[in-house]
Amino acid sequence: MSLISSLGAQIIWAATATGKAMIFTWDIFRWIFRPPFRIRAVFEQMQEIGYYSVPVVAITALSTGGVLALQSFIGFKRFGAETMVGTVVAISMTRELGPVLTGIIVAGRAGSAMAAELGTMKVTEQIDALYTLSADPVKYLIVPRFLAATIMLPVLVIVADSVGILGGAGIGVGTLGANPIIYMQKTFEFLKLNDIFSGLFKSMVFGAIIGVVCCYQGFYTEGGAEGVGKATTRSVVISSILILIVDYVLTAILFGEAPGGG
Amino acid sequence: MADDTIIQVIDLYKAFGAKAVLTGANLTITRGESMVVIGGSGSGKSVLIKHMIGLLKPDAGRVIVDGKEVGALNETDLNDLRRKFGMLFQGAALFDSLTIGENVGFALKEHTSLPRRDREKIVTEKLDMVGLYNVENLKPAELSGGMKKRAGLARAIAMEPEIILYDEPTTGLDPVMCDQINELIISLQKKIGATTVTITHDMVSANKIADTIAMLLDGKFAAVGKPDEVFASKIPEVMEFCYIGKVLRETEAIYKRN
Ligand SMILES: Nc1ncnc2c1ncn2[C@@H]1O[C@H](COP(=O)(O)OP(=O)(O)OP(=O)(O)O)[C@@H](O)[C@H]1O
Ligand SMILES: [Mg+2]
Repeated sequence: MSLISSLGAQIIWAATATGKAMIFTWDIFRWIFRPPFRIRAVFEQMQEIGYYSVPVVAITALSTGGVLALQSFIGFKRFGAETMVGTVVAISMTRELGPVLTGIIVAGRAGSAMAAELGTMKVTEQIDALYTLSADPVKYLIVPRFLAATIMLPVLVIVADSVGILGGAGIGVGTLGANPIIYMQKTFEFLKLNDIFSGLFKSMVFGAIIGVVCCYQGFYTEGGAEGVGKATTRSVVISSILILIVDYVLTAILFGEAPGGG
Repeated sequence: MADDTIIQVIDLYKAFGAKAVLTGANLTITRGESMVVIGGSGSGKSVLIKHMIGLLKPDAGRVIVDGKEVGALNETDLNDLRRKFGMLFQGAALFDSLTIGENVGFALKEHTSLPRRDREKIVTEKLDMVGLYNVENLKPAELSGGMKKRAGLARAIAMEPEIILYDEPTTGLDPVMCDQINELIISLQKKIGATTVTITHDMVSANKIADTIAMLLDGKFAAVGKPDEVFASKIPEVMEFCYIGKVLRETEAIYKRN
């Protein structure tokens, strides 16, 4: 009985939170298109979320590209397909690893900071103070963060894709002894524009997820410093999980290719 | 409702979970009046004034400001109504990411078309009024508690609002500064004809600035009236709370007689 009732309570909690998050998202979209536009705040957040994430995204992509080249070389060698290493690295990075890794890194790095900053503002009544000054906090604080995350994720993914491919090439050519010209030729021979665009589109959605989830967690923080800590953790966990789920769904629905087809 | 009523709290109920905070509070505030709200810690004073400015919604009952029911307004009307208000939060609630100057000038920048130089002049003037000098470019984290409180006060009065809500304006200040802030509250009320609602634990300050004192007890107003009337109350909790105020009044009377 207590199991059932606690399960019921959890379901009610989840349904309420989902509903609130949807209203929150609707609120964001309402304010995006209502002047005056806070362009400067958007740029500040783009710097915070995007520019400052470049090093960690680049390092991750570099090592991922390199390891991917190494691992696929080991596997492909067993059936004599070593020349395809560049192809695999390029397709994996652009379609999948670039967007997902970048999404999760930004969720951890910038999303957590967003939740912590907004959560602190909430518990110290700075958000209430905005209301009293007739400045809507959603417009003033949330919209710039949401827009910046949505815009900057694809930009970061372009960085990740390029650096990842370079990392793969570095290992392929430098360590595994591939001919640089053939490696690069193989990299681009089978790469389609759709591979790149599907990754960029997905990453835009991931950016929106990070924006909504992390801002929501911060905006509805309760319970002092402890609450801020919990909200921060939740923002990273929830946005990462959502990214992984949405990644599969988008890939399956929008960017799948019929089995056996080209 | 009389014409000169500006805020009316009618049968206000508010609970947080199982905890009932306000249980049928009634209060009428007249235009230009200095109302002081007293009451024990946790009695719901901050909750009360947050209803006046629409930060909290009543569970039951109404708060009427300038003829409009606060809890029933749509977003636009509520924002317009809030322009009439200035509010000092108990914890100052300065924006961490902005400088003190930007904090104080926030509403000026958002809601007026004054050029930057004029705004800066007003900001400096308001900071002078609360006894803060050369702090415009500091961040809130660089100020002491009392300084933050005063900066918050400067932000609350920057637009010279019709109604000013002060949540414990003198808590954490030294006696000299306390006195200066009391004087400031009185002079603003006189100079711009502002209606002020002040929450305080400091009976010296209550005695000094109040036209009317209202004591919150168990979710209702147990005593409302002129300081002399409230200090003469026979309700035990009110007597206990106002003891210092009463002594102060009597001492003043003796002093004047001699
Ligand atoms: N947002 C909230 N969520 C839950 N409980 C709250 C909230 N705000 C206030 N309370 C509760 O309401 C009660 C009254 O709080 P309030 O802040 O109004 O007290 P107060 O009279 O201002 O006290 P103090 O003089 O200590 O500032 C307290 O018990 C507090 O725990
Ligand atoms: Mg309080």
